[in-house]
Amino acid sequence: METEAQEIIIKGINASPGICIGKAYLVDSKGVEVVPKYRIKNKELSNEIKRFKSAVKNARDELRKIVEKSPEELQHAHILETHIALLKDKMLYGRTIETIKQERVNAEWALKNVVSNLIEVFQTMADPYLKERSADVVQVADSIMHNLVGTKKVEIATIDKRVILVAHDLTPAETSQINLDRVKGFITDRGGKASHTGIIARSLEIPAVVGLKIATASIRSDDLIIVDGNSGTVIIRPTEDNLVLYEERKIDYEEYKAVITRESEAPAESEDGVRLAVMGNIELPEEVFALLNYGGDGIGLYRTEFQYFNRPDFPGEDELFDKYKDVIEVMHPKPVTIRTLDINGDKALKNQFSVEEANPALGLRAIRYCLKKPRVFKDQLRAILRAAAFGNTRILFPMISTYFEICEAIRMLDEAAESLEKDGLPYNRDIEIGAMIEVPSAVIMADLIAENVDFFSIGTNDLIQYALAIDRGNEQVAHLFQPLDPAIIRMLKHTADVAREKDIKIFMCGEMAGTPHHIPLLLGIGMDELSMNPQTIPDIKRIIRSLNVADTRSFIKEILKQTTAKSTFELIKDTYGSILPEQLYAG
Amino acid sequence: MSELNPALSREVTIVNEFGLHARSAAKIAEIANQSTAAVWIQKGGEQADASSIMDILTLACEKGSKITIRIENKSDLNILKAITELVKSGFEE
Repeated sequence: METEAQEIIIKGINASPGICIGKAYLVDSKGVEVVPKYRIKNKELSNEIKRFKSAVKNARDELRKIVEKSPEELQHAHILETHIALLKDKMLYGRTIETIKQERVNAEWALKNVVSNLIEVFQTMADPYLKERSADVVQVADSIMHNLVGTKKVEIATIDKRVILVAHDLTPAETSQINLDRVKGFITDRGGKASHTGIIARSLEIPAVVGLKIATASIRSDDLIIVDGNSGTVIIRPTEDNLVLYEERKIDYEEYKAVITRESEAPAESEDGVRLAVMGNIELPEEVFALLNYGGDGIGLYRTEFQYFNRPDFPGEDELFDKYKDVIEVMHPKPVTIRTLDINGDKALKNQFSVEEANPALGLRAIRYCLKKPRVFKDQLRAILRAAAFGNTRILFPMISTYFEICEAIRMLDEAAESLEKDGLPYNRDIEIGAMIEVPSAVIMADLIAENVDFFSIGTNDLIQYALAIDRGNEQVAHLFQPLDPAIIRMLKHTADVAREKDIKIFMCGEMAGTPHHIPLLLGIGMDELSMNPQTIPDIKRIIRSLNVADTRSFIKEILKQTTAKSTFELIKDTYGSILPEQLYAG
Repeated sequence: MSELNPALSREVTIVNEFGLHARSAAKIAEIANQSTAAVWIQKGGEQADASSIMDILTLACEKGSKITIRIENKSDLNILKAITELVKSGFEE
């Protein structure tokens, strides 16, 4: 671009706090956009067709290589095999060759036209499954096109400078490929506060703004951009004045964080002497150090999915054992709560596990998946029990929605212990067992589930999603995702009451636990332990120190009289506004 | 459309949960590609080339739909039989 481009300011959703300034890196691989068209002379027609055929052959070889690396269990491999078959499909392959011959045009142009006709056919179909098959056609055509034109796809795994990632949407699989050391911040067109991008950014303590809608359309790679994750603002090609202003704000913010972090070591003890465990959620073993720096009292949620991403096979027992043991040893004697595999359409490689599920959030995920794949589950259970011999360990089963599931999970844990006994390997079966309470049916059945476990851990993101029927990643309805909805508060209260009655512990590891203005309410409900993204631990500890638990108990009675999320929020603000950080009123 | 010769066609019902989706269509196409003459799948008034995954998909055959598989040449009877059995078995899913 020759002319100096103008500054553009766009607003989105502030998904992770902090400010960063740097160069943009667009990760969308939309493929080759400009397709040239030229005539092919009669005598060169056969060469052009040959060129097309060899591009198809190369695309086929590439796919074959990937399939060979994938074990048969992965459905991903089946999709790729279908793609291989599609490469030679008459409607694609045959028609492209015909078009080259009849219209005497180059292969790229012929392919592009055949594909756009095909996509039209699929997209007019009523069946949502078939409608989506146009995505397969596009992927297959792209792989041919890349071989024709000779361009490489944008490989996010190979980013080698510190950049701000700009994407339409980042899938968990894509995020898992990124070398996160190289990323200063994230901005995406899609997504809400609780989207995966936001979670990852918060755990890495880098700013993120999501739901920007037009970010990828307005930003070019290497553009200078400012990301303000506190207010949800992105400034593209900023003016000198704004650069100076944001440099200052960045320094101020970092100083404020430093102060908070310093006092984080001290325990979270309320004014009336009640001590609460404030724990951290982690995804990668490397996060343990940040968690300890922030004064975490343990790990309330160790997500174990990461080891399953971005690879063609399942990780083996020994590999998992090593990872778990690392974390447990470093944390000892503080507890480490390992949540078993919570693979689903949202978190797993998009094509790998969620094929043919129109509605993955309600599909084969978490404990359902594990009970269906006992071999995969058994490997993980054995790894956890072996690692438990090295320190304070708890096990947590996700997405329990029936009584049967918790019984089955425990039965398999016992089986895993027996097999370890037989193999003569050191292990520890004497660990606390917990059920995630994140499905409304588990709330209703809490009294029965409680009889089989030592603790409950409430996962608020999913509980809210399922109870209010809101897809939190869908910006159309994201504003209806209301943790303070009276229905949610009643469910939390009920679960906590059951836990006390059955004499088991009650924890929370969802986002709600790390949100400052929810804390008076959670204390009033009687949570024993809160677990959150490590960097929010200092803030939450500070708030707990300024609260009186006896007061929050009577406060909860008032809260339970509220009829809407809005009035609940107003009541919290009126009662506790003075001790809560200012950001509460900004949003 | 030519008159249906009962000896050269079979009617079957799609029994697998997801209907004729990409993977099952790929299995049909793989068999149909070995035929000596054309192999067709008919549903309602429409017909698709059984050797093309995409063409099969455009028929939008969900679970429970009735389709007719038709060959044009007697020498492809084994193909007809193989596809019929594949559909009946629910694509071994």
